[in-house]
Amino acid sequence: MKIDLTDTTSARINTGLIDARRAIGTPAVGMVLTLVIVTDEGSAYDALKAAHEASREHPSRILAVIKRPGRSPRERAGARLDAEVVVGDEAGTGETVVLRMHGELANHAESVVLPLLLPDAPVVCWWPDQAPEKAGTDPLGRLAQRRITDASSAEDPVGSLVVRADGYTPGDTDLAWTRLTPWRSMLAAALDQKHSTITAAAVEGEAYNASTELLALWLADRLGVEVERKVSDGPGITAVRLVTGDGDICLDRSDGRLAELSVPGQPDRHVALKRRETAELIAEELRRLDPDDIYRATVQYGVKHLVSTARSGKGTDDGGPTAAARATPPAAKKAASGGKAATSK
Amino acid sequence: MSTETPDRGSNPLRDPLDRRLPRIAGPSGLIIFGVTGDLSRKKLMPAVYDLANRGLLPPGFALVGFARRSWENEDFAQEVHDAVKEHARTPFREEVWQQLAEGCRFVQGDFDDDTAFETLKSTIEELDKARGTGGNFAFYLSVPPKFFPNVVQQLKKHGLSQGTGDSWRRAVIEKPFGHDLASAQDLNRIVHDVFPPNEVFRIDHYLGKETVQNILALRFANTMYEPIWNRSYVDHVQITMAEDIGIGGRAGYYDGIGAARDVIQNHLLQLLALTAMEEPGSFHPKALTAEKLKVLGAVQLPDDLGKHTVRGQYAHAWQGGEEVLGYLEEDGIDPKSKTDTYAAIKLEINNRRWAGVPFYLRTGKRLGRRVTEIAVIFKRAPYLPFESGATEELGQNALVIRVQPDEGVTVRFGSKVPGTSTEVRDVTMDFAYGESFTESSPEAYERLILDVLLGDANLFPRHQEVELSWTILDPIEAYWDKHGKPAQYASGTWGPAEADEMLARDGRSWRRP
Repeated sequence: MKIDLTDTTSARINTGLIDARRAIGTPAVGMVLTLVIVTDEGSAYDALKAAHEASREHPSRILAVIKRPGRSPRERAGARLDAEVVVGDEAGTGETVVLRMHGELANHAESVVLPLLLPDAPVVCWWPDQAPEKAGTDPLGRLAQRRITDASSAEDPVGSLVVRADGYTPGDTDLAWTRLTPWRSMLAAALDQKHSTITAAAVEGEAYNASTELLALWLADRLGVEVERKVSDGPGITAVRLVTGDGDICLDRSDGRLAELSVPGQPDRHVALKRRETAELIAEELRRLDPDDIYRATVQYGVKHLVSTARSGKGTDDGGPTAAARATPPAAKKAASGGKAATSK
Repeated sequence: MSTETPDRGSNPLRDPLDRRLPRIAGPSGLIIFGVTGDLSRKKLMPAVYDLANRGLLPPGFALVGFARRSWENEDFAQEVHDAVKEHARTPFREEVWQQLAEGCRFVQGDFDDDTAFETLKSTIEELDKARGTGGNFAFYLSVPPKFFPNVVQQLKKHGLSQGTGDSWRRAVIEKPFGHDLASAQDLNRIVHDVFPPNEVFRIDHYLGKETVQNILALRFANTMYEPIWNRSYVDHVQITMAEDIGIGGRAGYYDGIGAARDVIQNHLLQLLALTAMEEPGSFHPKALTAEKLKVLGAVQLPDDLGKHTVRGQYAHAWQGGEEVLGYLEEDGIDPKSKTDTYAAIKLEINNRRWAGVPFYLRTGKRLGRRVTEIAVIFKRAPYLPFESGATEELGQNALVIRVQPDEGVTVRFGSKVPGTSTEVRDVTMDFAYGESFTESSPEAYERLILDVLLGDANLFPRHQEVELSWTILDPIEAYWDKHGKPAQYASGTWGPAEADEMLARDGRSWRRP
């Protein structure tokens, strides 16, 4: 069921939602959250597709906010709201409203979104590409418990981590971090077993990849050792090496699909470690809506190092190993954690 | 360099706040006896794959099949491959399969064949070397109980039942856990003789279901149900497990066992325990078992078993558009068999919370439809200030936990019918899992196998619970043995008329589930 509304208001959209639901005969709905997607005409299709897939796991009302401030002064001065209400079939398990905000209205998106939020249910805001610097104080971000950005879609992915760390508000999270969960859980499981003390670590991945940087920072923060960042051809992260007295614990994935885990004194084994689709990442994000403290600690741990990384990253064009996110050696760790406390205020 | 032996708590990469990281089983392997059986093909192998697909199995996980068939490792891997493709819940992915296939082994032999168990032993040693399973193995006995003594003795004889160092060996057994108290005690003795009680995992797949685990969440995470969860407000409780199929090819197993032993003793009494137990101090297995034992220990049988228990057999009839055979006409069933395919019993619980509240348990084959549910029926309001006739259509309030299918919770209450006159009628409020949560919840076996590998015994009935359930059921079976024979009911209906009379005697009636 699809209803097109031109030059409309939130109240009429709400009526449209109820009408659409009545028409397909499902007056009661068990939607668990409102997902607000802030995007442009170009990325809206892919983002909505991923959100609909994720809504199979988390039935939700999806509000796609597409801002069209207009090019000419005349367009910019006017204001118009067009909406497309979709319930059932193509809208996944919930309902979808695509909101096109023209002219001046593009600066007041929150006034349209607020009346359309589900009562008493959490709100998640997702910027698939361009995200505001401080998501937590953005007028739309303020409505949400959970704010999802994606550093990897930014012009300067690694540099944007600095922005995320500076502008962090509890409830922020980034898809570059979500992409790491399978790596992190496999590494954590490897360290559940007996092993010698870890003295150093290295993370290998393609250049300009925020996830690789975050993984290095996480390891440095958790293990308190120096983590070397090496550049490879990818795809994505290609290897993690933890140096111990008995040899290296190494998780190596060269094809973005199947990894090999080698642990000293044990046979090498294969581990499925597939790069995941956006829909799976969003589904994981929606599973927990409380602040992710580990993400905060990781992204803020690196602020200082990343500043230098961003610069050196721009300098190296291809291939050559950079001394990128060289995280603090144990001796300097105290200073670093002191710094962390200072940045989080 | 000193070697640390960190337990999970000291792993620097783990943090209780880091809730994205799932519980992954440590290095281990699963050995399935009776791997050619239906259960193994339809449930166990797909569950193992689904776990691997969700990234919850350790790298190097090993799956060993043990059966009489003369297969090579590759044949076995192919069999697992086919079973997974057909029955797995999650999509088939080549790289996950590759990870799993490398750990597939097959051992051919009979259960009294010493060389086969020696081969099994060397397979385990080879896996420890090649896959790093660390000597941790769970033995899944997917075989008829008469083979249990044989298998566990062989495991003991060949030194397989105990791991070296801090590695573990666990036994997983399926129902039936005996057919009465004495046989259950025998079975427990045999298994405990080889495996310590805390390394024995009894699978009751009902306890692995999300909806059953949700009973605890519903009762103990909310405030609005617990205050009315007692004799002051609850009129009675009906626990139903109905199947629409007949005995199929299980004549050999089913005849002489019957519905009460097959279902009431384990599934329904476990559901009763979870519904009626007091709040445990924690969700530690010990605390949970203690509460379940307390409530099962307080169960009281009716004085007159003839009036408050009913058994039946399905009869030849048309069911849902198909003509089906009666139980006594089924292949391999003695036409004079007294085995029950339907059983309904009334129980009471002697404690402050439940005294005087009957719990009606019923189960049967070839009933109206396949459904399992727990219905808590509340008392009527003590006074209704409406005109006479206004509340004629108002029934009793009810809270129904739908265990399967269409998992969810329904609350039934009265509401005014729109219009100028005041008239109150029953309406329902519905929560469906499919609506609010993931479309496909994990299969019970996924959760249970993972728990076995993690050593988490929370969802497994302990041997005391099994023995206690038999003490409840044995007198009923003994009474049935001596008195009368099962009532006949037409296939596709909700059981014999005697069952309706049994409730009518108490002034109540069965819910149509």
